[in-house]
Amino acid sequence: MRQVDLRDALRDVAAVGPGMGVLGTSFGLLVVGSGLDWWWAPVFSVVVFAGSLEFLLVALAVAGTPLAAIAVTTLLVNGRHAFYGLSFPLNRIRTRAGRVYGVLALTDEAYALYTARPAASLSGPRIVTGQALMQACWVVGGTTGALAGSGFGLHVPALEFVFTALFVVLATEATVAGREATGPLLAVACALVAQLVAPGEMLLVAMGLFVAALLVRHRFSSSREAARA
Amino acid sequence: MPDTGYLIAVVAVAAAITVALRAAPFAMTATLRSSALVADLGRHLPAGIMILLVVHLLGDVPLDGPLVGVRELAPVAVTVAVHLWRRNALLSMATGTASYAVALALLPG
Repeated sequence: MRQVDLRDALRDVAAVGPGMGVLGTSFGLLVVGSGLDWWWAPVFSVVVFAGSLEFLLVALAVAGTPLAAIAVTTLLVNGRHAFYGLSFPLNRIRTRAGRVYGVLALTDEAYALYTARPAASLSGPRIVTGQALMQACWVVGGTTGALAGSGFGLHVPALEFVFTALFVVLATEATVAGREATGPLLAVACALVAQLVAPGEMLLVAMGLFVAALLVRHRFSSSREAARA
Repeated sequence: MPDTGYLIAVVAVAAAITVALRAAPFAMTATLRSSALVADLGRHLPAGIMILLVVHLLGDVPLDGPLVGVRELAPVAVTVAVHLWRRNALLSMATGTASYAVALALLPG
């Protein structure tokens, strides 16, 4: 790896790395606060490496949620990742191992960081190094938090809100980026309907309703365009 | 604490599905990748799913007291406002969590 790639990657990650470290620390605290051994924090962060999902997984696992429900939740919560590859500059990465890691570590942050820059200015080693540095921040943060939590018996009740705040921030970002209000409003409506009709399975019902609503809306808007043409 | 075998299965299932999702678009054919439906879903699904998760997380709080909604909704509003103002995720989350700590102190459940 050239020195310039390492320098560029460090500069890229400087924007998001500290935040991932802090968030990782609260994830580690949550892991031990939920009654799991500290080493589950690095296991989750190395193997799954999907920040927001990991918080959810700990809560679901502690509640003894059946594996099928965990699978469906993962599918829906990380479903957005299936769209990241459409614009992530994977073609800039030349080595096979680099491309595999590039896909494995395609997180929200990696996507945001490397689709915001012109692909021609990015080298493969810079992208892969940036992704590895981000994972390092996340794993080190999580392990630190978990060790601190088990060592000092640290328990902060307000900390559970970090998790909610993370999704509030992601929702705000995505809503601003989507540049329209009907989608988010549809989501709120689906959530409220699901909460009323199926409070126990709210998340699954709401996600199903929302995907169906988007499909219907797409059908309508494309037939309107066809009629205009 | 859940047993180790179950936790290993949880990690394995979540990791396998996450990897499959991240790899899926690279395995798609060019026609599917450029379809209008995929583009439409890619644009509008993320915001909606995040909103559903927020409502789900807030839905865990009991809504039977008169002031209960305020204790959770006010910190959400603070988080959104700070985020729209500064666009700094860490600052928004820190302010939101601090305001939740204040709300917990003022309105103990």
